[in-house]
Amino acid sequence: MKRRPVIVVLWLLVLAACIAGTVRTRFTADLSAFLPRTPTEQQALLVDLLRDGLVSRLLMVGIEGADGDTRAALSRRMAETMRGDAHFASVNNGDGSHADAERRWLFDHRYLLSPAVDAQRFSAAGLGDAIGHTIDLLASSAGMLVKPLIARDPTLETLNVLETFDAGSGPGSLAGVWASADGRRALLLATTRATGADTDGQQAAIAALQADFDAARRQLGAEGVALLVSGPGVFAVDARDTIRNEVKRLSLIGATLIASLLLLIYRSATALLLGLAPVVSGALLGIIAVGLVFGEVHGITLGFGITLIGEAIDYAIYFFIQGTTRNRDEFWRTIRLGVITSLCGFGALLVSGFPGLAQLGLYSMAGLTGAMLTTRYVLPSLVPAGFQVHDVAPLGRRLVRPVLAAARLRLPAALLAVAAVLFLWQQRDRLWHHELSALSPVPVAAQRLDAMLRADLGAPDNRYLVVATADSAELALRRAETLAPALDRLRGQGLIAAYDSPARLLPSRHSQGLRQAALPDAETLRDRLQQATAGRPLRPSRLEGFVADVAAARAAPLLGPSSVDGSVIGLALEALLIPQQGRWRALLPLSAPRHDDGDHDLDAAAIATAIADAGVPETVFIDLAEESRQMYAGYLREAWSAALGGVTAILLVLLVALRSPQRVLALVLPLAAAVALITALVVLAGERLTLLHLVGMLLVGAVGSNYALFFVTADPADGLPRPETLASLLIANLTTLCGFGVLALSSVPVMHAIGVIVGPGAIFALCFSAMFAARPRDDPGAA
Amino acid sequence: MKPAALICALMLVLATLPAAADTSWTVDELMRSLAAAAGGRVAFVERKSIAILDEAVVSRGEMRFTPPARLERLTREPSEESMVLDGDRLSIRRDGRHFDLELRNHPQAAALIDSIRGTLAGDREALEASFALSLAGSRQAWRLDLLPSDPRVAEIVLRIHVEGSAGRVALIDILQADGDRSQLRFTPIDRSE
Repeated sequence: MKRRPVIVVLWLLVLAACIAGTVRTRFTADLSAFLPRTPTEQQALLVDLLRDGLVSRLLMVGIEGADGDTRAALSRRMAETMRGDAHFASVNNGDGSHADAERRWLFDHRYLLSPAVDAQRFSAAGLGDAIGHTIDLLASSAGMLVKPLIARDPTLETLNVLETFDAGSGPGSLAGVWASADGRRALLLATTRATGADTDGQQAAIAALQADFDAARRQLGAEGVALLVSGPGVFAVDARDTIRNEVKRLSLIGATLIASLLLLIYRSATALLLGLAPVVSGALLGIIAVGLVFGEVHGITLGFGITLIGEAIDYAIYFFIQGTTRNRDEFWRTIRLGVITSLCGFGALLVSGFPGLAQLGLYSMAGLTGAMLTTRYVLPSLVPAGFQVHDVAPLGRRLVRPVLAAARLRLPAALLAVAAVLFLWQQRDRLWHHELSALSPVPVAAQRLDAMLRADLGAPDNRYLVVATADSAELALRRAETLAPALDRLRGQGLIAAYDSPARLLPSRHSQGLRQAALPDAETLRDRLQQATAGRPLRPSRLEGFVADVAAARAAPLLGPSSVDGSVIGLALEALLIPQQGRWRALLPLSAPRHDDGDHDLDAAAIATAIADAGVPETVFIDLAEESRQMYAGYLREAWSAALGGVTAILLVLLVALRSPQRVLALVLPLAAAVALITALVVLAGERLTLLHLVGMLLVGAVGSNYALFFVTADPADGLPRPETLASLLIANLTTLCGFGVLALSSVPVMHAIGVIVGPGAIFALCFSAMFAARPRDDPGAA
Repeated sequence: MKPAALICALMLVLATLPAAADTSWTVDELMRSLAAAAGGRVAFVERKSIAILDEAVVSRGEMRFTPPARLERLTREPSEESMVLDGDRLSIRRDGRHFDLELRNHPQAAALIDSIRGTLAGDREALEASFALSLAGSRQAWRLDLLPSDPRVAEIVLRIHVEGSAGRVALIDILQADGDRSQLRFTPIDRSE
C-alpha cells in the first residue's frame, strides 16, 4: 500500500484543530431543541413567554406523610429558610407572613386601586350608602375585622381592593398553611430567580429546596414525610439528567458491543484502533460542523453519535475486508454511492423544523463524509506494513448456503411484506400520535404528579389565554381593562369560570387618573360627609383620617409597574404583563368551568368570537393545547415532505449511478419491504408512531441502501457478492444494529423512536436484500 | 328541622328540671349541663357598643350549634349574613361575598369566637386554653366570668361575662380592651317555628 505521510500530517492537523474547536463548543441538553421551531411569529413569542416567563419559574411543592400539624410545621420551617435563600424570588405557603406588607400597600393605595371609586361613590348620596353599609357590617360577625378601618376608610375600599386581588381562588388551609383539598398534603409555591431556560439555575434551586426540606425534617424530627416537587424546572432538569445519563450509558453499551464484535472478527487490536480512526474523525468533524452552524451541540445529537459509530465503522470494515482483495476502483465506487445515498437521507433532516433533528442531520452528514474521506485517503497510509485482518472469507462462504436457502423463502417474505403494508393501511387512522407531548421525555408519573399539585394549588394551567399586545405597558393594561366587560359577560354565561388580568393588580394610569379625578377636595368632602352621616350614629368629625387620606390620594403620583417592583404584587404582575422585544403583552388566563364529568374544555369558538366582538386591537384568544396540536400536525406534514424528498433524492442518485430502472427497483423494493415490516411490528407492539419513527424509516432506507448496493453490483452467477464482502456486510449490519439498537432501550422518545425502527430495520434490509438478490441454482428463472 | 326541634324540646325539659339537692354548683357541673344541653337553635340579639359610633348597633338572628364544633350564626337584621364556624374554619357570607378565614391565623378573633362556642358546648378545655374561669350563683341562675389568661387574648378582651340557667346560656357579654362591648342575648326559639 502506498504511504503518503503528507496526508497523515494534514489529517492530524485537522484532527487537532477539531479537538481545539470541540473544547470550545457549547453543549446543551435542554429540551427546546427537540420541540419544533414554531411556525408563526405569534406562537413563537408565546412559547418564549411560557419558556422564560414567570410560569416557567414556578415550583410546586407538596409535603406528604405524618399528620397535618407536622406537615404544617415543616412547611413553615421550609418557607422560612427558603425566604432567606437567594435561589428563590418568592415563597408562599399560605401562612400569611408576607401578607402584612402587601395589605399595607393595598391599603395605602386603595383610592387608586379600587374599581368602585368614581364620582357617584364620592357624592353625598354615594357616601351615605357606603357608610350605612359599613355600619351594618360593623354590627355583623365580620365587624371585628373592619372596625380598625372605619376612621380612615368608611367606604371600605380596602375590602374592594382585597377582593379584586383575591379573585384567583388560592388553595385551602390546614393548620395555618396551604393544604390540598383532601388535607393530605401541605403545599408551597416557590418562584425561582433562575429563568426556566436556565437549567443549571433550576437544578440548583431544586437541590436547595430538597436540602431545606431535609434540614427542616431533621430539626423537627419528622418521620415518614416525603417531598413532592414539580414544575417546568423539574421537568427540564429531569429531562436533562435522563438525556445525559442515557447518552453516556447507551454510548458505552453501544461502543462496547461494537468493539467486542470487531475484536472477535478482526482478532487484532491494531485493526480495531485503525477502525476507530474514521469514526473519531467523523465524530469530531460532526461536532465542529454542528457547533459552527447552530452555535451549540445538543446532548441528544451526541447520543446519535453512537449510530454514527455504527455507520462509520462500516467503511473501515469494508476497507479492511474488501479493499485489499477486490477491484479497488469498483469497491470505492460502491462505497461512494452508499455515502451519497446516506447523505440524501440525512440531508432530509436538515430542513426539519426541529433544531435538534437538523443538528442530527448535519452531524451525520459531516460525520459520514469525514469518516469516508478518512477511510479513503488516510487509512491506507496508516496501515502498518504486512497488516492483515483475520480472514473472514470462510465466514462469508459459510454464509452463502443459508442465504441461498433463505432465498427460497422469497415468496413468504414478499407476502409478509405485503401483509405488513395491508396491516398499516388498515390501521392508518390509528397509526400516529397527534400530541406534541408524545415527544416529551417527561415520564407519565411525573406528568401526573404535576397535574395533582397544580390542581391542589389551583395554579392556572395557562392553557387558555387572551393576549393583548401594545406598544406600552399602559396601553396593554388599558386593553386588558377594555376586555373586562366581555370577560365578565362570558363568566356570567358560564362559558368561563374565572379570568385573571394584570389590570387587576395594577390598573392603567388612565383608570387611576379617572379615580383620582373623582375624589373631591377636603372641603367638599367634609360637606358631603355632613350630609352622608345625617341620621347615622357616625359623626363626620371622627372621619378626619379619611378626609386626610383622600386629600393625599388626590395628590399622589400614579402607580406604574415600577411601583410594585420586588413585591409579591410585582411578581404576580410580572407573570401577566410582559415586556417583549420592545412591546408589552397583557396575559389574561381563563379558567374553564369545572363540569361534573371532569371535562375542562372551553367552548373556544364562542370565546374567540366574544373576544373578537369586543373589538380590542391586537388581541387574540389562544388555546395552547390546540396550538401545540396544530404545531405538531404541521411538523408531521413537514417530516413527510422531508422524508419523501429524501427518498426521491436517493432514487435519483441510484438511477443516475446504476443507469437501470430495474436494478434500482431491485435495490429499493427489499428496503421498502424492510421498512414496512419493522413499522408494522412496532405498531403491533402497541407503539403509536411519531414523526421520529418516520425519520427512522428514512434512515433505514439511507443505511440499508449501502448493503443493497453491494448486492445489485454483485457477481451475477449466484446473485451474491464475494464471500468476504458478504461477511463484511453481516459485520457492518451487526454494528449498525448495536449502534441504533441500543437507542431503542432509551426512555427518551426521540432516541427510542429512531432506535427501534433503524436497529431491526437495518437487519431486515440486509436480509431482504440478500434474499431477493440471491439466485439459487435450482431457481434460474428468478430475476 | 326535626332533630333540632327535638333537641330544643330536650333543652327545655332539662331547663325546668328541679335543681340538684347539693349546694355546690361547680364549673364541672356547669360544663356537664351545658354539654348535655348543647345543640339546637336559639334566637339571638346582639348589641354592639363601638367607640367610633354614637349609639350601639343591634343585630338579630338565629344561632345553631351542632356539637362538637359547628356554630352557625344567621343574621336577619340589619342585613342578611351567615357566619359558619366549623372546626378551625370560619366562613362569612354577605352581599354575595364570601370570606374564608382560618382561626389559627387570627388568634384574637379565634379566642372571642371560641369563647362563645366553648360556652355553648360546655367545653372546659377550650375555654381554659385562653381564659381563667370563675363561677358564681346557683344552678338556676349562674354567672360565669372568663378572664383572659393568654396575653394575646388579653390584648383585645378585658373580660367575658356569661349568664344562664342550668344548661341554657342566656347572655354572653364581651368587654373588649378598647372599651367596645358586645352583648349577646339568647332566647329559645318557639318550637312551632
